[in-house]
Amino acid sequence: MSAALGAPRIPRLPWREIVFWVVLATGFWLWPKHLALASQVLIAGLFTLSYDLILGYSGILSLGHAAYFGLGAYAAGLLAQRGWGEPLSGLLAAGACAGFAGFLTGFLVVRGQDLTRLMVTTAIGLLLFELANKLSSVTGGVDGLLGIEMKPLLGVFRFDIYGRTAYGYCLAVTFLLFLGVRRIVHSPFGWSLRGMRDNPGRMLALGYPVSRRLIAVYTLAAAIAGISGALLAQTTQFVSIDVFSFGRSADVMVMLIVGGAGVLYGGLVGAAVFTLAYHYLSALNPVYWQFWLGAFLIAIVLMGRGGVLGAWTRVVNTLREWRGEAAAQP
Amino acid sequence: MIASLLGVLFDGLAYGMLLFLVGVGLSVTLGLMNFVNLAHGAFGMLGGYLCVLAMARWNIPFLAALPLAFVVSALVGLLFERLLFRRLYRRSHLDQVLLTIGLTFMAIAAATFAFGPQQQAMQLPEYLSGQLNVVGVDLNIYRVFLLALGAVLVVALTLVVERTRFGAAVRAAVDNARVAEALGIRVGLVFQIALAAGCGLAGLGGALGVEVLGLDPLFPLKYMVYFLLVVAVGGTTTLKGPLYAALLLGVADVAGKYYIPQAGAFIIYAVMVILLIVRPQGLVSRS
Amino acid sequence: MSNRSFGTLLLIATSLATPIAGAQEPIKVGMILEMSGPFADLGRQILAGAQAYIKAHGETVAGRKIELIVRDTTGPSPDVAKRLAQELITNDNVDFLSGFGFTPNALAVAPLATEARKPMIIMNAATSVITTRSPYIARVSMTLPQVTAPLATWAIKNGIKSVYTLVSDFGPGIDAETTFKKTFTEAGGKIVGSVRVPLRNPEFAPFLQRIKDAHPQAVFIFLPASGEQPLAFMKGFAERELNKAGIRLIATGDLTDDGVLEAMGDTPLGVVTTHHYSAAHESAQNRAFLKAYAEIAGPGTRPNFMAVGGWDGMAAIYEVIRKLNGQIDGDKAMEVLKGLRLDSPRGPLVIDPETRDPIQTVYVRRVQKVNGKPYNVEFEQIPDVKDPGK
Repeated sequence: MSAALGAPRIPRLPWREIVFWVVLATGFWLWPKHLALASQVLIAGLFTLSYDLILGYSGILSLGHAAYFGLGAYAAGLLAQRGWGEPLSGLLAAGACAGFAGFLTGFLVVRGQDLTRLMVTTAIGLLLFELANKLSSVTGGVDGLLGIEMKPLLGVFRFDIYGRTAYGYCLAVTFLLFLGVRRIVHSPFGWSLRGMRDNPGRMLALGYPVSRRLIAVYTLAAAIAGISGALLAQTTQFVSIDVFSFGRSADVMVMLIVGGAGVLYGGLVGAAVFTLAYHYLSALNPVYWQFWLGAFLIAIVLMGRGGVLGAWTRVVNTLREWRGEAAAQP
Repeated sequence: MIASLLGVLFDGLAYGMLLFLVGVGLSVTLGLMNFVNLAHGAFGMLGGYLCVLAMARWNIPFLAALPLAFVVSALVGLLFERLLFRRLYRRSHLDQVLLTIGLTFMAIAAATFAFGPQQQAMQLPEYLSGQLNVVGVDLNIYRVFLLALGAVLVVALTLVVERTRFGAAVRAAVDNARVAEALGIRVGLVFQIALAAGCGLAGLGGALGVEVLGLDPLFPLKYMVYFLLVVAVGGTTTLKGPLYAALLLGVADVAGKYYIPQAGAFIIYAVMVILLIVRPQGLVSRS
Repeated sequence: MSNRSFGTLLLIATSLATPIAGAQEPIKVGMILEMSGPFADLGRQILAGAQAYIKAHGETVAGRKIELIVRDTTGPSPDVAKRLAQELITNDNVDFLSGFGFTPNALAVAPLATEARKPMIIMNAATSVITTRSPYIARVSMTLPQVTAPLATWAIKNGIKSVYTLVSDFGPGIDAETTFKKTFTEAGGKIVGSVRVPLRNPEFAPFLQRIKDAHPQAVFIFLPASGEQPLAFMKGFAERELNKAGIRLIATGDLTDDGVLEAMGDTPLGVVTTHHYSAAHESAQNRAFLKAYAEIAGPGTRPNFMAVGGWDGMAAIYEVIRKLNGQIDGDKAMEVLKGLRLDSPRGPLVIDPETRDPIQTVYVRRVQKVNGKPYNVEFEQIPDVKDPGK
């Protein structure tokens, strides 16, 4: 895109999306008895959004994203435990911590292909889990950190047992970060990411600093993941090493695919569907839940990716999809 | 001192051999069909449960249950290849990862439903239990058996790949499937047989591993990391690569736990990260 | 509309009507358990124990019906446990919180119990520190140090002077290791080596080899009862012929847990363990417990110490209801619980008025065959053991 065309316009938030966020904001009245669950959905949604940045938009296959979630959670948790209970500064510190870790490990991750990246990220995640377990005098190990006490948010809102403050806090943070990610995704940087996902060789040939940009997005994604981890630590006032668990990394991949990768709302929708389904279905019979989840994943892949949002888009744009596929024949 | 070193080496090699047996099929499918099969562990689990069932319910002796595990796992693999996997050879790795993870979940749920969540115990035959004393080192008889059987299988596999026409077809298909097809090699058939063999070996490995690795419905997830490790470090273009990788990782894990038990679990992950940084294409690769 | 939403609506409706309904209202006991995944056995045993108690003693106490509301944490997931507790308190209006197979789940819920002033009964989690996290917590299971210290004492008394310890590398394991080392060395014994095995450990071979090479007289083990480690360890122990090398095996009862003992075959015969409950305990209460348990879980099943936790937890709850005549108040409930005496299937049980931890008899047992099946047969007892270090 030549500079003569002017800076690309970032589209304004369409009314549908505004309604979506307004509905979430009225959650205090719509689902007052389920605010704790809703907060956890938002936290998962933010985490999945960060994962969308690296998998959906940049094509980095990772099964170790929980590493950054955990680092953020512990950064916030340890600060609060040692007396610094102010939530917002703790949140920022957590994001910085996790982002820094993302920056360091980013160099490892950009080397190699899919399988190597998968292995390296998995190894990093597992390594951090074991490390956190070893340092249980600091992390509390499986039993977790004791004595986390959060000061009231903005000096006014106490974290109450009904989860009202927690919900408002999670919603505000998620919304702000969502707006930020949206901006990035619609910028030239964001478009170059998609290019690197679809054809890295060509991007290199075009002169894009592929590795540098991948490291940049990886750092950003790590920072956001860290913030979502910190939200969990602050709203539940508890952290234990299960924040680093491999299951969490695997779950976020499933959540993203269920919602739709490479699409802004994919993370939020996927996290919502997954968390709510798990919450209600696991009451029925947990063994069957896993079976049907597996079948669902298989169905999604066989019928073409895109998850819930992808199916929706396809329903609306069938003709365009058809023409698009014809053009893509080798 | 030397005795304990030899002992550790021996245990590590046996453990590595087991990892190789179960993981080699994964390497083959990745190198041959560019297909990431994260459900590979599920075939290992199938072989394990089959072996336990055969011995406990149908009174089949251990040594006879092993080939049964191999054959049934191979057949099931073949079935999945025809019904499901072949649709994914051209799809992205992510799609393959997702589908096979989905398959794994279903397998775990099915195993929990059929056998319950607890560990399976197996009674080894008398002649395979106990210890042998060889030049002052106590060797576990079952692990000697594992190493011996593993060595035989490796030799057999290498012979097949390097000396038979089928092996040549496999090598050709790994190098360049399109050209191989153009030359008249039935690449589709090669894929099927290779995948079936890989799954069969996984089943055999799973059955052999019940005694050493344990068996419960979470087996595919628990050990998936180790198998992926073997493949990522060993590369996918040769048989020797995964073999060396598996043996190296087995020895590193056992030695690490023996000499530096505080670092226990780290070693294997740290070794893997280092190896991947230094040689992202794997330990042994054909250029 | 799902069953659950209908149930929730019903509960909201009934809770709104509470002031008028009064005596017909059931007493709700929230149970936060691990009911699915690899630790499903934990939750099932505890729940079955609780249900067995209700079956044996009737559903009604002091004119009110007992209602169990069970929620699944799916494993050690403190954030899930906390959310479930929050919902139980604010949505379901439970009178009691109970269950807790895993320590982190209990620790996460503790501040909620304090804030809502709900009595919280720990039916299984065994880390010492739990009862210090809230004045509303009472425990009916045991603590790791409580059952470990007597083992060290027994070992010294029976001529074992050198021991190698092997524990799982997490809270309870470290608790057990610390207590054993302290008690054993203070009594004059020597620890020749220690190792902590990773939580997810498939191969015991290198650790067992180390132990064999160190030639201790005995090896002390703590491995969590639920999961694959006890079985894997026993297999390795037999394979490597440590017993033939003259090394004895002593452990906490988690290694020879009643739930998995049968699956271990003949290997554990002769192993000495210490614990607070054995299914082979000879008493009228235990016989009644075994009978009621079989009615709930089916014939051929064996309850373990987790099931006893469920049974005794319900017993404590019933006592509280009886003494308070059905009017549950958090602070008054805790007064009843402090110093409460229970006739447990395990033996005598008292809830310490100061620490709210169980004071009970710790038994030294040996694995022997009884009617052809392996059981932990008690041959020594140490009465009135408190949680050391509190």
